[in-house]
Amino acid sequence: MDIFLQQIVNGVTLGSIYALVALGYTMVYGIIGLINFAHGEVVMIGALTAFSVITGLLGASAGMPVGLIVALGLAAAVLVCTVLAFSIEKVAYRPLRRASRLAPLITAIGMSIVLQNVAMMIWGRNYLRFPELFATERYVFGGASITGLQIAIVLLAAGVMALLLLMIHKTRLGTAMRATAQNPEVAGLMGININTAISVAFVVGAALAAVAGLMVMTYYQVAYYHMGFILGLKAFTAAVLGGIGNLAGAMLGGLLLGVIEALGAGYIGDLTFGVLGSHYQDVFAFFVLITVLIFRPSGLLGERVGDRA
Amino acid sequence: MADFLTRLKQHPAALWVGFALIAAALAMLPFIVGMQGQTWVRVLNTALLYVMLALGLNIVVGFAGLLDLGYIAFYAVGAYTYALLASPHFGLHLPFWIILPIGFLVACVFGVLLGAPVLKLRGDYLAIVTLGFGEIVRIFINNLNEPINITNGPQGITLIDPVRLGPISFSRTNEFAGLDFTGPVKYYYLLLVLVLVIIVVNVRLQDSRIGRAWEAIREDETAAQAMGINLRNMKLLAFAMGASFGGVAGGMFSAIQGFISPESFGLFESIIVLAMVVLGGMGNIPGVILGAVLLSVFPEALRYLAPLQKAVFGSEVIDPEAARLLIFGLAMILIMHFRPAGLLPSEVRKRELATGRET
Repeated sequence: MDIFLQQIVNGVTLGSIYALVALGYTMVYGIIGLINFAHGEVVMIGALTAFSVITGLLGASAGMPVGLIVALGLAAAVLVCTVLAFSIEKVAYRPLRRASRLAPLITAIGMSIVLQNVAMMIWGRNYLRFPELFATERYVFGGASITGLQIAIVLLAAGVMALLLLMIHKTRLGTAMRATAQNPEVAGLMGININTAISVAFVVGAALAAVAGLMVMTYYQVAYYHMGFILGLKAFTAAVLGGIGNLAGAMLGGLLLGVIEALGAGYIGDLTFGVLGSHYQDVFAFFVLITVLIFRPSGLLGERVGDRA
Repeated sequence: MADFLTRLKQHPAALWVGFALIAAALAMLPFIVGMQGQTWVRVLNTALLYVMLALGLNIVVGFAGLLDLGYIAFYAVGAYTYALLASPHFGLHLPFWIILPIGFLVACVFGVLLGAPVLKLRGDYLAIVTLGFGEIVRIFINNLNEPINITNGPQGITLIDPVRLGPISFSRTNEFAGLDFTGPVKYYYLLLVLVLVIIVVNVRLQDSRIGRAWEAIREDETAAQAMGINLRNMKLLAFAMGASFGGVAGGMFSAIQGFISPESFGLFESIIVLAMVVLGGMGNIPGVILGAVLLSVFPEALRYLAPLQKAVFGSEVIDPEAARLLIFGLAMILIMHFRPAGLLPSEVRKRELATGRET
C-alpha cells in the first residue's frame, strides 16, 4: 500500500511536468495540425539556459537569496525559449503552411536535430549536475513521503495552467486563438490576424516548456543536451491520451501518463514475476500511445479527429 | 534527365554501352578507392548498406505513402538474428546463406506485426506510432539480458562470424589475377549483388499491379478502396517488403562489423535513412539511391573538419560529430523548403507538389 501511495505521489509530480509540455504540443497541433517535434528540444534549451544562469549566479555572488536566483534563471529560460520558438515558427514552419503535410513534419524533425546539436556545441555532451538548491523537507503521510520540491512543482504547474486557461478562455487573444484553431480561413475573414494567433500559440507553449525544463532539471538534478527528446515524446503521448488539440485533455493526459508510468515501474516486477524490471519504465508511454491511437484515436476528452492527413 | 532517358531508350545500343560503362566503373571502384586505403572501401560498404535501407524504406514511405519513423527496428532485428545465429553467444555458427533468408523472414514477420495494428492510422499519427515501435524494440534489445540472457544487453554481441562462402572467408585477403581481394572488397561485391537484386525487385514492384495499388493508396485511400484495392493486404505487404530488406541489410551489417550493440539502432538512424529517402526524392528509385550515397559519403568527408579546424584555429572549435548531425538537420529543413520533392523527384510527386495536394 505504501508503495502504491508513494508511486501516486511521484507520478503526479512527473505528470504535472508532462502536462506542461503536453500543452505546448496540443496548442500547436490544435491550431496548425503540426506535431512540433522540436518542442521537446525547447524544453531542453530552457533547462540548460536556466542551468547556466543559476549556476553562474550561485558562483558569482554569495549574498543573493536562492529564490531570487531561481526566479532569474526561470526568467532567462522563458525569454530564450519564447524568442527561439517564435523564430522557429517564423523561419521554418510559416513558409510551409500551405505545403503537403509531410513537409512541415520533416522540417520539425530536422529542427529538433539542429537544436540538439547546437545545444551539444554550447553545453557539451556531458551530463551537467544541477546543485540541490533547497533543503529537502519530507512530509510523511499514510506511509508515503512527499518532498517540498514535489509540492512546489505541482503547485507551480497548477498555477501556470490556471493562468493559461484564463488567457485562452477570457481574453480577446485567447478567443482569436480558439477561432483560428476552429477554422483559420473564416477566422481570417473575421479580421483575426492568424499569424499572430499562431505565433502566440508557439510562444505560450515555449514559456510553459521553459517552466517545465527548470522543473525537470531541479527534480532529477541533471541536465544534458538530449534530455528533451524522450520527455517530448512522452508529453506528446500525454497530449494524444487526453485528446490532441484539447487543453484540459493535455493536463489530464499528462497526469494520467505520469501515474501510469510510476505505477507501471513500481509493479512491473511483481506482475511479470520478475521477468521485466523497472528499467522498462520508458516502454509504458509507448504502449499507452499505441493503444490509445488504435482504440481511441480521439483521446479521452477529444472530439472527432476525422481524417487528418 | 527524363528527356535524356527517353532519347536513350530510342537507341538501345547506347543504353547497353551506358550500362556496361556503369558496371565496369562499379566493378573497379573498390580497387580505385582502395588505393587510398581500405577505410574508403569500408565507406563504400556503408554507403551500399544505406542504399539497401533507403530502398527498403522507400517501399513503405515512397511507394505506399506510409510514414515510418521506426524503420531501423527491422535493421536491428536482422542484425540480431544474424548475430545470435552466428556467434559464440549461443554457440551457433550457421552459414551465411542460411541466416540471411532467416533474417529476411524474421524481419518480415516483425513488419507484419507492426503493420497489423496500425492499418487504420494515417500520416503523422502513423509516424509517431512507428517511432514508438522502434523505441520499444530498442529498449527490449537493451534490456533482454536478464533473467535470460538473449541479447547480452547494452554490451552487445561480439565475435560475430564473418561471411564464409565455401573455402573463401570474408575476413581474410585472397589474391586473384594479381589483385588483392581484401575482406572489405569482397563484402563490397556481395553487397553490390544484394543491392542490384533489391533494385530489380523494386523496379519490378513499382511497375506491377501491386506498385500501382500502393500508388493509389498513397494518393487517396478512400478512392483506392472504392476501386477494389484490398487496403489491409496491400499495406501489410508494403510493411513486410520494406522490413525484409531492412532485415537483410541488418544481417550484412552484423557480418561486416563483427560486433553489434543497441546503440547502433537508435531513432537517429531511422531519421537518417528517412532523410536519405526525402533528399533523393520519395518514390523515385534513382533518387533514393543518390540520396543514400550522398548522405553516407558526405559525412565521411566531414571527418576532415577536425584536422582542418586544428590547422585554421589551432584547436577544435566545433565538435565534428555535432557538426555532422547539424548538417543532417539543416539539410532536411532546407530540402523541405527549396526542393520538397527531393533532388531527383518522381514524376508523380512533382505533379502532386505542383498542385499542392495533400499526401
